[in-house]
Amino acid sequence: MIERKNMFSLENEKELDIAWCPGCGNFGILNILKKALEEMEEITPNNFVLVSGIGQAAKIPHYFKNNAFNGLHGRTLPVAFAIKATNPDLYVVAESGDGDMYGEGGNHFIHNMRRNINITNIVHDNRVYGLTKGQASPTSQQGMVTPVQVNGVILNPFNPIAVAIANGATFVARAFVGDMQNTKEIIQKAIRHKGYALIDLFQPCVTFNKINTYAWFNEHTYKLGEDYDPSDKMQALQMAFQEDKIPLGIIYEEKGKPTFEEQLTVYKQNKDPLFKRSIDVNKLEVFINSMR
Amino acid sequence: MNKTIKEDVSIVLSGEAGQGIQTIEGLLTFILKREGYYVFATKEYMSRIRGGSNSTEIRVSSKPVKSYVDKIDILIPLTKSSVEHLGNRVTEDTLIIADNDSLKLENKNLFNVPILSIAKEIGNEIYANIVAVGVILGLFKTNLKTIEEYLQERFGDKGEKIVSDNIKAASEGYKLGKDFSESGEIKIEISANESLKDDLLISGTDAVSLGALAGNCDSIFAYPMTPGSGVLVDLANFSKNFDILVEQAEDEIAAINMAIGGWYAGARSMVTTSDGGFALMEEGLSLAGMIESPLVIHLAQRPAPATGLPTRTAQEGLNLVINAGHGEFPRLVFAPGSLEQAFYLTQKAFNIADKYQIPVFILTDQFFVDSYYNVKKLDLSNIENKKYFVETAEDYKRYDLSKAKNGVSPRGIPNYGNGLVVVDSDEHDEEGHITEDLDIRIKMVEKRLKKFETLKEDFISPEFYGNDNYKYLVICWGSNYNVVKEALENIDNKDLAMLHFSQVYPIPENAVEFLEKAEKIIDVENNATGQFAKLIRAETGIKIDSKILKFNGMPFSVEELTAKIREELQ
Repeated sequence: MIERKNMFSLENEKELDIAWCPGCGNFGILNILKKALEEMEEITPNNFVLVSGIGQAAKIPHYFKNNAFNGLHGRTLPVAFAIKATNPDLYVVAESGDGDMYGEGGNHFIHNMRRNINITNIVHDNRVYGLTKGQASPTSQQGMVTPVQVNGVILNPFNPIAVAIANGATFVARAFVGDMQNTKEIIQKAIRHKGYALIDLFQPCVTFNKINTYAWFNEHTYKLGEDYDPSDKMQALQMAFQEDKIPLGIIYEEKGKPTFEEQLTVYKQNKDPLFKRSIDVNKLEVFINSMR
Repeated sequence: MNKTIKEDVSIVLSGEAGQGIQTIEGLLTFILKREGYYVFATKEYMSRIRGGSNSTEIRVSSKPVKSYVDKIDILIPLTKSSVEHLGNRVTEDTLIIADNDSLKLENKNLFNVPILSIAKEIGNEIYANIVAVGVILGLFKTNLKTIEEYLQERFGDKGEKIVSDNIKAASEGYKLGKDFSESGEIKIEISANESLKDDLLISGTDAVSLGALAGNCDSIFAYPMTPGSGVLVDLANFSKNFDILVEQAEDEIAAINMAIGGWYAGARSMVTTSDGGFALMEEGLSLAGMIESPLVIHLAQRPAPATGLPTRTAQEGLNLVINAGHGEFPRLVFAPGSLEQAFYLTQKAFNIADKYQIPVFILTDQFFVDSYYNVKKLDLSNIENKKYFVETAEDYKRYDLSKAKNGVSPRGIPNYGNGLVVVDSDEHDEEGHITEDLDIRIKMVEKRLKKFETLKEDFISPEFYGNDNYKYLVICWGSNYNVVKEALENIDNKDLAMLHFSQVYPIPENAVEFLEKAEKIIDVENNATGQFAKLIRAETGIKIDSKILKFNGMPFSVEELTAKIREELQ
């Protein structure tokens, strides 16, 4: 029996120099993620890949045990997509901040949910840019004053939940790092969901966002009840537009829709990941010789 | 009027987009090749789906033909504006075969053939193209059976009626063509050689795509862009028979990041694009450099800046690919000159990329990808594919300096072995984790650049053609291989030789010897600034003063280049 406790922890093996501010919501997310993975028997650090981009949230793969691809700003999803598509045996989580996923990577955000590739997309949503010191993010609320938006944010905030539901995402959830148990369960369900799963994960930025604090999130969120039916798309859309009190939980889930990789001909007969395959030279020779 | 064309005939078809010139080109080239001729075909076209003026040139010969010529022996215009479109390429020697009942052209070399009314009689105007094909084949007095067999192959899945109508249309045209030939009005005297029947007939696009397949490419990620999209379409077709994952990305930035993700997971991925699309990929190239990912990029060049001339040809992308991506990291650039080179170098690209963990470019252009000719054989017996990734142990470190050989550390992939594979676009330590340790920074920079040195030893030598005791050396790269060669054959001067580079970066070290021996070096390129000559100067210190540059979007013609090289010899 493999000891699963602390299976994903790195701090016992090396000294970690963590770049987050004391009290940052990222610490909570890191702990919840490790705990969620520990409890999932099917996952080990070896068959798990965390893909991230750039930003404070995107540093998360460096602080625990996993296969990690810390790529470019905004380009988390194309990398995560291709890793899963070329090796469907891997559990792939694409994790980064709201600036990375919704701003720089907006085009990939829109199109990978259309693919319904079986990956989990966790977005640390603190409604501000942390690493570049406090500018507005796509989810910053209107009127928020920043070093760049000196008269307050003019742009309408991006609504990832509504976009995802409207755009064919098959699992759309919202969580808050302050609610550890609920968030852990949502992450586990998202990973086990067959298809693209989005979790917009609220976290306070204690340094640069003085509006959306722990207290603010506590006050402005509530947990969806047991009787909420996430398969009702229109109801889910209504939930996506609740702004005074924001619902937490699985807002929308569509089960049974085929994933991207399930529909690929490369996996119809042969389930092996691509790295295990080689070209059949004799077959290629016959094929080339047909071009006469 | 009687005219005899010997040995090498150039047939040009011209019309609007949407008139089916490509269909005629496909039928004529394949049927004539099967009859035992050497054929070459290339097209020039406008960036539109309907209308405009496009043309296709088909050369047919008893000797290998592989380059574009200005001369037009036989012109088949499908629109009134075609003759004007071709300008001074239409000369007194050009015979025009046209349906003049509808086109109403005025030319003394005109042969009126009622193509349209024959087609209508058979039942549909759309058979006009097939009638035209028949006329040409009649001039060659090809075997009717070859025509019938090919039409059966080509249209068989559309039903018997379509096949028989096509055969009827071709036969009617054939009779007219044969009549011209037997009356002596148009006589084509080119001997056929039955052994050519088994030659392959492939395009530059096909050569790259087949090379990728032979290199064990198992995934392609691309955003469509002319003229690079052909490879995407080819591999999509091949995926019906071979294990290839084909995904049309949402943009070029996604495409290159996907390809890098594929390699990370152990796949052999490529992207295909043109200059503008690659410009968007630049940050991704830099990522490949930083995380030491293998990567194969096919870039089919076209005139720029910006969107330039979308369907024309150029060699303007050299500076771009050599300097692309911020920071300092190694890369390799192949620029095949022949279809065979395109096949073998693309195959090799996947292995070189894997071996050295670097990006490798296949730099082609519109003229190259859209041209095709006879290829004897693509020999697979010496093809070697090696996957260089390793099974990892528990203590695996992606950038292990103690295990780095000439800068290359063993590359692990996730879930193959007990180790973990960590890569980071930031500067990283041996494990792949982010670091700001400035001593490690120095070691990692040196590790990455060391690969450049090793790479220099594993180069593809430039190809020399001519007499060893040359005074004049024409240097060229990429698609100018065949046209320079044919120009040199025409000039036939023992003081003149050619050096063609199919590896343009890094410049192969043995090139210097060839260059230093020449009294005069003549640079031939399809750009306005002599990018390759400048690269030679930067890398070797050798200054090249004579440049023959063309940058109007068309390839060099044999006649034009022959004349220009002759001028340089004065």
